Amino acid sequence: MTESKSSLIMPSSSSGQAPGEATPRCWSCGTMRAVHFCSSCGKVQPPVPVDYFTFFGFPRKLNLDVVELEREFYALSRRLHPDVFAQANAEERSWSLEQSSMLNDAYRTLKDPIKRTEYLLRLEGVELEEQSKQATEKARATGELKKQVVPPDLLEEVFELNMHLEDLRDRKKMGEDDPALLEEIGKAKLSLEEKYDALLNELKTEWNEWDESVDGGTKENRRKILDRMLDVLNRRNYVRNLVRDVNEALED
Amino acid sequence: MATDYIVGIDLGTTNSLVAYMQGDSPVVIPGEDGLNLVPSVVALDENNQIVVGNAARKYLIETPERAVYSIKRLMGRGVEDVQDELKLFPFRLAEDLQAGEVLRIKIGERTYTPPEISALVLRQLKRNAERFFGAPATQAVITVPAYFNDAQRQATKDAGRIAGLNVLRLVNEPTAASLAYGLDKKKHGIVVVYDLGGGTFDISILKLHDGIFEVIATNGDTHLGGDDIDNLLIAIALDDIRGDLGLDFGNEVRRSGEAVARIRKAVIEAKIALSSQPSAKLDVDLPGGKKYQREISLEVFEQMIQPIIDRTVGPCKQALKDAGLKPEQIDEVVLVGGSTRIPKVRRLVQDLFQRVPHTDLDPDEVVALGAAVQANILGGGSEITKEMLLLDVTPLSLGIEVAGGVTDKIILRNSTIPASATQYYTTQVDGQTNVAIHVLQGERELARDCRSLARFDLKSVPPMPAGLPRIEVKFLIDANGILRVSAREQRSGKEAEIDVQPTYGLTDEQVENMLLESFDYAEEDFRQRQVIEARREADTILTALAKGKNNPAWPELTAEERRHVETLEKALVAVKDGDDYHAIREGIDALNQATMRLAELMMDTAVSSALKGKAMDDTDFEEGPQAGHPVAKAEFK
Repeated sequence: MTESKSSLIMPSSSSGQAPGEATPRCWSCGTMRAVHFCSSCGKVQPPVPVDYFTFFGFPRKLNLDVVELEREFYALSRRLHPDVFAQANAEERSWSLEQSSMLNDAYRTLKDPIKRTEYLLRLEGVELEEQSKQATEKARATGELKKQVVPPDLLEEVFELNMHLEDLRDRKKMGEDDPALLEEIGKAKLSLEEKYDALLNELKTEWNEWDESVDGGTKENRRKILDRMLDVLNRRNYVRNLVRDVNEALED
Repeated sequence: MATDYIVGIDLGTTNSLVAYMQGDSPVVIPGEDGLNLVPSVVALDENNQIVVGNAARKYLIETPERAVYSIKRLMGRGVEDVQDELKLFPFRLAEDLQAGEVLRIKIGERTYTPPEISALVLRQLKRNAERFFGAPATQAVITVPAYFNDAQRQATKDAGRIAGLNVLRLVNEPTAASLAYGLDKKKHGIVVVYDLGGGTFDISILKLHDGIFEVIATNGDTHLGGDDIDNLLIAIALDDIRGDLGLDFGNEVRRSGEAVARIRKAVIEAKIALSSQPSAKLDVDLPGGKKYQREISLEVFEQMIQPIIDRTVGPCKQALKDAGLKPEQIDEVVLVGGSTRIPKVRRLVQDLFQRVPHTDLDPDEVVALGAAVQANILGGGSEITKEMLLLDVTPLSLGIEVAGGVTDKIILRNSTIPASATQYYTTQVDGQTNVAIHVLQGERELARDCRSLARFDLKSVPPMPAGLPRIEVKFLIDANGILRVSAREQRSGKEAEIDVQPTYGLTDEQVENMLLESFDYAEEDFRQRQVIEARREADTILTALAKGKNNPAWPELTAEERRHVETLEKALVAVKDGDDYHAIREGIDALNQATMRLAELMMDTAVSSALKGKAMDDTDFEEGPQAGHPVAKAEFK
């Protein structure tokens, strides 16, 4: 695992590539190329399928210095953005377009702690459960039964909250107002939001575990950490959906 | 450096401008009439010739059925989504329009698609630039509203191509404005650009950092602007007329294109006046010698427009929310677009962002100036722009229709562009060789509530048992905010062929044909125009020289000098009516050079006679004292 930044040499494990698409040498000057542009002559290179961490020259760790990430993003943008290649030939223009879209996609994913974690899980072969609103709508529209496993520690709270929400909807239909009920729901919402923040901290604890295991943990150990992170993410998504439902019920 | 100018063009709903980078600063290129703004109006004159800009404006009133304005509102849109516009604007659709066909608008008896009409405006700007440079202008950066969707962007790009321009980039209008503002001051911090133009509203929030202009969120409404204020005032006026002069007469006025056009002109003038005066008068001649007269106070005006300008608040709040910012975290606010001259709009912006907005650049020109800066960057940059880089975002989420008519979002709004997403598809039937993909743009959950961009048909999938093909489809939004799609069947490694059916656009073939139709014409047109203009210039200098010979300064030249001038004069007269542009040009330049001393002497005479308190001989100063050299013309080489 290399720690160096822009002098990054393209990984050699580029098997399965169409010929001519990814050679380890710069197309222009023939020296060893980097992932995005040649460290020797500066020319943009044809894109190679690397993961987002590798693209930035970062190790596959979850504690990430976002200030440094931003700095790298700006530096790479200056070298890869299509604006810089407006007068270049069609081939370089198209490489620049692909390289800078990959740069943007990678930056967008890595700068967000949740997206970063989800991305790492996918990279490590863990399938995420779709808990987004989109997925819920999709399930509703297609008539699929969506499994929403309530995290055990939330069972009681969720049960009570759902009763309150139903109550609220009924009263709204009748055009009634119930300040006490609203207060109850407000309290529950606040507790959920605290839970939501706490889950991020819980996730960050797992990050530390993961980062340590990258440097010397066993495969089995890493698998366990991945599973725990998945569990935290699922619980967090569940709480997020609940908060959203509460907000919707209050707005309606 | 006679060739290869890249111009920046603001193709506006109401006015359009062309600008370029002159040394370290962007400047707007005026038209032949000396004006910077070219009204986005296209008309057919008495001889069925196309007229564009200021010259076309009179036809809006005289022969409204032969003139079109605000065509930008129809760019990239289909018949079913322009019904509201048709109630408010005097667009006349072609009668033989088929469902699914690109809109065609009637001007007189001819029909044009919106990109063709925009191309006519663009061609006028191109001509203005070529006249100014004395050289062809073939490359351009064109601005679009940040909130324009894919189809509207594509239509704008098509318009550029039809006008014979190589469109190097589409730049979002508020972003362009920020470039113009950020040029002279090395700024850091969060900047909000509030852009309320003739027909569109945009809000963009940018982070400025060492020359990088990074858009973090954008929002807007592509059908909200000064036009809406005008239409409201017209509707109120028509109501008034019905009330004052009777229902029948009111309806007659409403049906009269000319009367409505007169009312429109009057309310626009009143609206503009109310930005600097406490009240404005409307005085419109109606059919049958009747009149409509009203006085509008600023207070009433502001009440009337409140609902319209309030529509900008939602997008502003959404953009702030998307950016994860509170109003107090905003460092600066910039106003763009003619409608931000309205004091009520300024107050609204100030209240929203708790900052006094910047207005130091002309809100009508700032977008074109920024486009010129971007043009300069794309041309390789100069000392002042070499550190500048624009990172823009896509304003709308990109999605794909999945089972159940649901939108599966694959690129979220406010993603920095270029951006991409890869999706995998397979077949559902044994031996299936086609896979259809429906691409959507918008924020809504259901496909029918989003805007349909295109249907892609992946063809020549190798026949395999159902579910076995693995087709990788890459969706990429380029730096113009326009979608590109590529596909590959992974098991065979074959590039899949993609058949694109744009939902609201011209096919490449149509654009190509329109371009070819206009191309020969454009080249020929440029040469002819060059000759005509050079000839006109030759006439000007010859007339000025004839006057100069009557000036007391003439005898002060040496006999040698006078002979030289007269030889060149004869030479110019001999070539000026021919078709050789270069000969005329050389003749003008030579005579210009030779009469330099005469001009100086005339200047001295004029100044000394003015000092002596004598009335100035108006033959010396016909063009006013600022003309200086009576025969010299600004050089742009």
